[in-house]
Amino acid sequence: MADMNHGEGALQSLPALLERNATRFMSAPAYREKEFGIWQSWTWAETAQEIEKLALGLLDLGVNEGDFIAIIGRNRPYLYWSIVAAQSVGAIPVPLYQDANAEEMAFVLGHCGARFAIVADQEQVDKVIEVQGQLHQFERLIYLDPRGLRKYDHTSLHQFSKVQEQGDARRGALMDELKRRREKLDYDSICVMLYTSGTTGRPKGVVLSNRNVIETAKSTAGFDKLRRKEEVLAYLPMAWVGDFIFSIGQAYWCGFCVNCPESADTMMTDLREIGPTYYFAPPRVFETQLTNVMIRMEDAGKLKKWMFDHYMAHARKVGPALLDGRPVGVMDRVKYAIGDVLVYGPLKNTLGLSRVRVGYTAGEAIGPEIFDFYRSLGINLKQLYGQTEATVFVTAQPDGEVRSDTVGVPSPGVEIRIAENGEVFYRSPGVFVEYYKNADSTADTKDSEGWVATGDAGFIEEDTGHLRIIDRAKDVGRMADGSLFAPKYVENKLKFFPDILEAVVFGNKRSACTAFINIDLTAVGNWAERNNIAYASYQELAGHRRVMDTIQAHVEAVNRSVAEDEMLSGCQVHRFVVLHKELDADDGELTRTRKVRRRIIEEKYADIIAALYDGSEQISTVTEVTYEDGRKGTIRATLEIRDAAVVPLEQKMAAE
Amino acid sequence: MLDASEGFTTEDGRRIGGVVMEMKNITLRFGGVVAIQNISFDIREGEIRAIIGPNGAGKSSMLNVISGFYVPQEGEVWFEGRQRPKVKPYEVARQGIARTFQNIALFEGMSVLDNVMTGRLTHMKTGILSQSFWLGRAEAEETANREVAERIIDFLEIQHIRKTPVSRLPYGLKKRVELARALAAEPRLLLLDEPMAGMNVEEKEDMSRFILDVNDEFGTTIALIEHDMGVVMDLSDRVVVMDYGRKIGDGTPDEVRNNQDVIDAYLGVAHD
Repeated sequence: MADMNHGEGALQSLPALLERNATRFMSAPAYREKEFGIWQSWTWAETAQEIEKLALGLLDLGVNEGDFIAIIGRNRPYLYWSIVAAQSVGAIPVPLYQDANAEEMAFVLGHCGARFAIVADQEQVDKVIEVQGQLHQFERLIYLDPRGLRKYDHTSLHQFSKVQEQGDARRGALMDELKRRREKLDYDSICVMLYTSGTTGRPKGVVLSNRNVIETAKSTAGFDKLRRKEEVLAYLPMAWVGDFIFSIGQAYWCGFCVNCPESADTMMTDLREIGPTYYFAPPRVFETQLTNVMIRMEDAGKLKKWMFDHYMAHARKVGPALLDGRPVGVMDRVKYAIGDVLVYGPLKNTLGLSRVRVGYTAGEAIGPEIFDFYRSLGINLKQLYGQTEATVFVTAQPDGEVRSDTVGVPSPGVEIRIAENGEVFYRSPGVFVEYYKNADSTADTKDSEGWVATGDAGFIEEDTGHLRIIDRAKDVGRMADGSLFAPKYVENKLKFFPDILEAVVFGNKRSACTAFINIDLTAVGNWAERNNIAYASYQELAGHRRVMDTIQAHVEAVNRSVAEDEMLSGCQVHRFVVLHKELDADDGELTRTRKVRRRIIEEKYADIIAALYDGSEQISTVTEVTYEDGRKGTIRATLEIRDAAVVPLEQKMAAE
Repeated sequence: MLDASEGFTTEDGRRIGGVVMEMKNITLRFGGVVAIQNISFDIREGEIRAIIGPNGAGKSSMLNVISGFYVPQEGEVWFEGRQRPKVKPYEVARQGIARTFQNIALFEGMSVLDNVMTGRLTHMKTGILSQSFWLGRAEAEETANREVAERIIDFLEIQHIRKTPVSRLPYGLKKRVELARALAAEPRLLLLDEPMAGMNVEEKEDMSRFILDVNDEFGTTIALIEHDMGVVMDLSDRVVVMDYGRKIGDGTPDEVRNNQDVIDAYLGVAHD
């Protein structure tokens, strides 16, 4: 990392880092994107040119310093360039979730008062045009893919490549201005504004400075010894802070290459082709991959199945120890090496994870079995805990100290404090500047000394110094009898079963806990096929008697496990219902990052919750659903409500 | 406005050119059954032309006449200003007419990419020998054709199934692959036989979008048969209505919608 320290004082903005990379790593690849079936690539020098042309084009269109430029689309090099080009001209890039509907988009565009938007295609253009009437400050729209847009009115609509051409043509007139604006950027300039998905209320615009982003990138790259030879696959939403740090912050700091998949659907193929060395995925991705492997192994021949089971059992025994560098016997090592040739190696290759040196998962708790599966294969998967407000990193697991139930030790430069009510606070160079146009929320979250409330309840393990998170602080409540209620804790245990996609547990201020369950259509559908169970729809499968039996068994298993925890034994699920539809972000039931919105679910399904508590055996309900294009429809269903066996608390005490 | 020989401009600003294909007094018989009876209509450059009608009206037969699969007993087929002699369907394909089928006709065992590549057949000039041994010209030719195929795969958003055997695909996607193969031929006239049959609402919307985009992006002239009236009325510039082998209506969607004969044919009328 010695070469990174040279001239560090000057590297206080993304354009400055870009310039360094363009001169130092000139012909090394900076971006790749698969298009027309082939990986196209751009070197750092080419990237710098592309970004400069775009920046000139933006100047030509009249972008002022301090303007907000919205960026909407899937991960593509052009849109990453747009972020840096926006910063080069002193504007503030605001990446938006591409699957946001027009209404959500209108709020964000109106809130930041964006004058410009750079979007991917016709779909996004249509959405922006739809809400344009409500936005008085909005002026110009730049699009990447011209398909289907030829007939549109082009007075305020510009094609990306044309903007670049135009900018390049006026280089002579605009270059001095661009240089002046670039040189003005320092650590205190705003680097990016990211909207939090908002489990409650409206999204908030988190303002991050260059200091936040670059300091965080620098210290965390050191923590994981990231080098410029790393390969990452950029497939997570660009509006999410994690992607911003991995694909821009750390990529620009270290100078590594960012690879963009061909489309969302080809992500797994592209992953295999690229073989990233540094990889991030939310638990859901790992779960899906594992489910697919297991489903395919069920279909494999006897010999293969035996080999897989035999060597995976061995991997579970010694794999994690090998990865952590703990002592392992010679015979076990030999057997592991054979397993690596026969099973683990080919499997990792199929998953596209052969070359992963550092893998992270975060956002949700990951099931211990899933976590151990990947670690036993020799993949260095770790957990981190972070927030947009912290520029991602609060804690992370160092190599060799990885466990599924903690989120690691404070990241470099981060201080942690646990308040009396159990809420976790932190202070670091990554702490955000403010919530844009929301001084009240800023003051609520960040105090005068720079301590930020995470909103999560947790504690630090005394012997290891690792942080453990229990639940959202505001979701942690009390049952009617005064015992602790932590819904997430139980939901996570439920979701660790492959059959269960989503769970919502109720019970705050009530006498007993109840739950909504969503089945996982892939896993349950496959099981149904295997057992000759015919079904015509999601709804029918979800309500099938044998599916209900399986889910009941899962709930009861969770109850037994919950009962073992003294603090939380009151959270056992007494009654549950399997929902007739998947909880969906389009219906507002989940956030765009797929977190449960409890209050909305409680309101929307009040009738079902009432039925869970009044002892009835079934409930007829009508639910409104929103289709992807914004139209609404309704689903009718009669749902069966089941009782689940719980472990009586008195009996447990008597047994002890 | 329709009779101006140099064409017209549609409401949404698309330029429709002169006549590319003209059917003159076509009559087609299978033994004693008259499938098509003395029908005339034309197809203009750049337009989306629909042929509709109840079951058994003779729509598919009409499409088969256009594609050269059936040769009518009476009448003339004019394509690009020349009367077409009796030809084999593959010769028609070479003239620049490509089609999809009502009951998907793909090579089930081959991958999507290979299926799309077969659509390039008429554009391949190298001989069997140089192709077998991968000689210089054959390689360059395949690369060029692969590029065209990849652009179409990108256009129709089927990248994720590029290497998947067609037999493993669901129905809606197979329809899209068929469209891709037809487009790969870079046709001057594209015939679609019930492109939306058996699809759900969402798939129909996607397919409509693709048809409009193909027409808009490549300027391809399209003739299609479709049952879903909503789709037909939204998509097409002009509609021919057939019933019992006869033409009972021809005009813009609005004209056809208000035509009493068409209403009778669709809603049924008391025969006395």
